[in-house]
Amino acid sequence: MKPVVEVNNVGMKYQSLNGEITALENINFSVQDGEFVSIVGPSGCGKSTLLSIISGLIASTSGEVLLSGEKVTGTSPKIGYMLQKDHLFNWRTIFQNVMLGLEIRKTVTSSAKEHAIKLLKTYGLYEFKDKYPNQLSGGMRQRVALIRTLVTNPQILLLDEAFSALDYQTRLVVNDDIYDIIKKENKTALLVTHDISESISMADRVILLSKRPGKVKHIYDINFDIKNRTPFSSRETPEFRYYFQEIWKGLDVHV
Amino acid sequence: MSMSNFEGDRVAKETQVTKISQEHIDFLHRVRMEKISVRVIQILIFGVAFLLWEICANTKIVDPFITSQPSRVFNTIVRLYEDGVLFHHIGITCWEAFVGFVLGTIVGTIIAIMLWWSEFLCKILEPYLVIMNSLPKIALGPVFIVWIGAGPPAIIVMTLAISLIVTVLEVLNGFLTVDQEKIKLVQTFGGSKYQVLTKVVLPASYPTIINALKINVGLSWVGVIVGEFLVSKAGLGYLIVYGGQVFKLDLVMTSVIILGVAAAVMYQGVVYLEKMLVKNKA
Ligand SMILES: Nc1ncnc2c1ncn2[C@@H]1O[C@H](COP(=O)(O)OP(=O)(O)O)[C@@H](O)[C@H]1O
Ligand SMILES: [Mg+2]
Repeated sequence: MKPVVEVNNVGMKYQSLNGEITALENINFSVQDGEFVSIVGPSGCGKSTLLSIISGLIASTSGEVLLSGEKVTGTSPKIGYMLQKDHLFNWRTIFQNVMLGLEIRKTVTSSAKEHAIKLLKTYGLYEFKDKYPNQLSGGMRQRVALIRTLVTNPQILLLDEAFSALDYQTRLVVNDDIYDIIKKENKTALLVTHDISESISMADRVILLSKRPGKVKHIYDINFDIKNRTPFSSRETPEFRYYFQEIWKGLDVHV
Repeated sequence: MSMSNFEGDRVAKETQVTKISQEHIDFLHRVRMEKISVRVIQILIFGVAFLLWEICANTKIVDPFITSQPSRVFNTIVRLYEDGVLFHHIGITCWEAFVGFVLGTIVGTIIAIMLWWSEFLCKILEPYLVIMNSLPKIALGPVFIVWIGAGPPAIIVMTLAISLIVTVLEVLNGFLTVDQEKIKLVQTFGGSKYQVLTKVVLPASYPTIINALKINVGLSWVGVIVGEFLVSKAGLGYLIVYGGQVFKLDLVMTSVIILGVAAAVMYQGVVYLEKMLVKNKA
């Protein structure tokens, strides 16, 4: 089967008056349907840049990205993007926030509205639909942000440090939450993070990027010998520590 | 609005279920008492000031011919009313201030949108904006009179001249400080520049625009009064100038007091608008 995402020889150079920054160099990988892939790398290595290129927000300066075989030339409804913060608009109610993507795409229909309501119900947010974001906890807000992405029915989710604004305990809970939602909704996911544990706990594969200019240093296949895997239960397995050691060595951190 | 800091599924509801304790009742009572005290003292200060003014004038500690006094102000208002010109003067000035204010806000916001839209245009116009901002606009008064003729239009243009550039700069600054990531969010849904404007930049800037409005209220009155000083045949500014020239300080004081009330009412209008527009400020 054709991979959902193919990244072929992608490179990115930023131009500025102070010179040229090579953010990414010769990136190659692909993601299969339903797969959960994490990308780790030191900060500034070009992880956000890579997601922006895949989503079509910016154009790479070399190489190409294919979505189910089609070349990316601009933003696509196939892709849902989750940013580091939830960025719920505090002048909109939860329901209005959830509808944002549909409004922008001009695809607000009664069935889309029903879909939104169904998602809110399924993930325990329906009773808050007429509340404003500042009345919700951080974990709930992140779930609302995910639903805002899901109502547009993307096939691929790009998560850019989507959990790093949360405190540690909340993050563990939200990791499980979001993982559960992504699996239930059958989405392909690409998670960018600088947190090794998080990357392992959710992923089927971890792609390690080198420091700038970002190159693919290694790709780790992650397998846990447990049933009904969740990010939390993954963290408790013996393999987890092994993977952590491997990636830690690969990351080669110097302070 | 108090909000919950609990994470996960627990919500603020918990705080509402518990029975209200005596301490909380006492606390609410203290808050209420303080509020009442503040209001009472505010009214007292106002009353005492006017009373002192009246007494000092009556006992000739100050010369009421120069300082006027509350009873004379009151009589002046009654006389203006009986002559049927009170609301004529108030109406003209308020109308000019209102039109200047609304025009300044709308035109200023439109120009700010244009400058936000085109960074290139913004770069080109920047030095002109800076110069116009630092120029004392009142100096342009005579120019406007010659160009537009003595009358309300010249006064409104004067008002515009004073408030417009400030509005443009304030609102543009608000636009430019909108979180880039929020803009990126709209773009990830394939949002156009126009959608970025209407879905994020404008609504996120409502608080800034409201602040610009608050500044504009004051500036509009400055513009109107200066305009009326220069050209008018009616209005509170005209009464002030006229009263000054013929040494009717009663008329001057009366007009100043009415002006204060009118400006306060307009300011409250903006505050009301703010409540309507800026829901759920974090
Ligand atoms: N718009 C831009 N213009 C110039 N340089 C940029 C721009 N965006 C990112 N960079 C640079 O590219 C590098 C990679 O950035 P980024 O993709 O944000 O890294 P990461 O998400 O891994 O922290 C950084 O050194 C950053 O300074
Ligand atoms: Mg980043």
